[in-house]
Amino acid sequence: MNKPRVKLPDAAKAGDLIEVKTLISHVMETGQRKDPEGKVIPRNIINSFSATFAGNEVFKADLQPGISANPYLSFFMKVPGPGEFEFTWVEDGGNKVVEKIKLNVT
Amino acid sequence: MTEEMVEANTPGLLDRRQFAAGAAALAFLSLAAGPLSAQVTEPAWQQMLKNLVGDAKPIEGKVTLELPEIAENGNTVPLTVSVDSPMTPTDYVRAIHVIATENPQPGVATFRFSPLSGKASAATRMRLARTQEVIGLAELSDGRFLLGRRTVKVTIGGCGG
Repeated sequence: MNKPRVKLPDAAKAGDLIEVKTLISHVMETGQRKDPEGKVIPRNIINSFSATFAGNEVFKADLQPGISANPYLSFFMKVPGPGEFEFTWVEDGGNKVVEKIKLNVT
Repeated sequence: MTEEMVEANTPGLLDRRQFAAGAAALAFLSLAAGPLSAQVTEPAWQQMLKNLVGDAKPIEGKVTLELPEIAENGNTVPLTVSVDSPMTPTDYVRAIHVIATENPQPGVATFRFSPLSGKASAATRMRLARTQEVIGLAELSDGRFLLGRRTVKVTIGGCGG
C-alpha cells in the first residue's frame, strides 16, 4: 500500500458540510483470477476504511472484491469545530495505513 | 503427553479418516441434492438481501444510485449512493449496502454513516462482471430499510478471470 491521497477543502467553518475525497493505490486482487498456470491468485484487498474526526467516528466502509483497484472513497462531514482527521485503511492480513490531517477551521 | 495429544499429532491418519468420511458425505449429498437443487437455490444476492433485512419490508425507490447507463469498462464503474435524510442523532442513515446482483460475489461495499456525516452519501468505483442491476439498501436509525435499484449495461466485464 502506498501513501494515500486525501483531498479536503482549504478552509471550513463550524457547521459547514464538507466533502472528503480519498484515494490509495492497491491492486484489490479479487481472489477470482488465475495466473497463466491456472492457479488462483489469492485474494488481497483493502477490506476496511474508516475516518474519525477529533476522535469521533464519521464514516466507515467495509469493502469487498467488487471495489475497483486503487480504491477511491468520498463522503461528507458536517464540521463540528476544529480538529484532526484520522483515516485508516486495513488490508487483508491486517496491514494498516494511517493518515492524520488537520482540518483548517476558521 | 496425553493420548488425545498423540492422536492430534498424527495428522496423516486423521486426514485420511476425515477425507474418507467427507468424500462419502459429499457423494451422498450430491446424489440427494441433484435434480432438486436447481429449483431450490436462490441467487446469492437474494440470500444476502434476506440476511440483511430479516422480516422487514424495505421501502422501494428511496435510495439514489448514480451510475452510468452504459459502462464501457466493468473494471471501474463510478458509483454514488445517497439517501435523503436529516442526519440528526435521532434520525439518520446507519448504513448503505451496495449489492451487484450478477457479480460472482454480490456484496460490493457497506458504507457506515454517523450523525457527524451530515449527508448520507458516499462515492466509489466498482467492478461489474456483466450487465446487471445494482441495489442500494439503506438501514435507518429507527430500524427501517430503504431500497433503490439501477441497471447498468456493461460492455467489457470487470472482475477478471
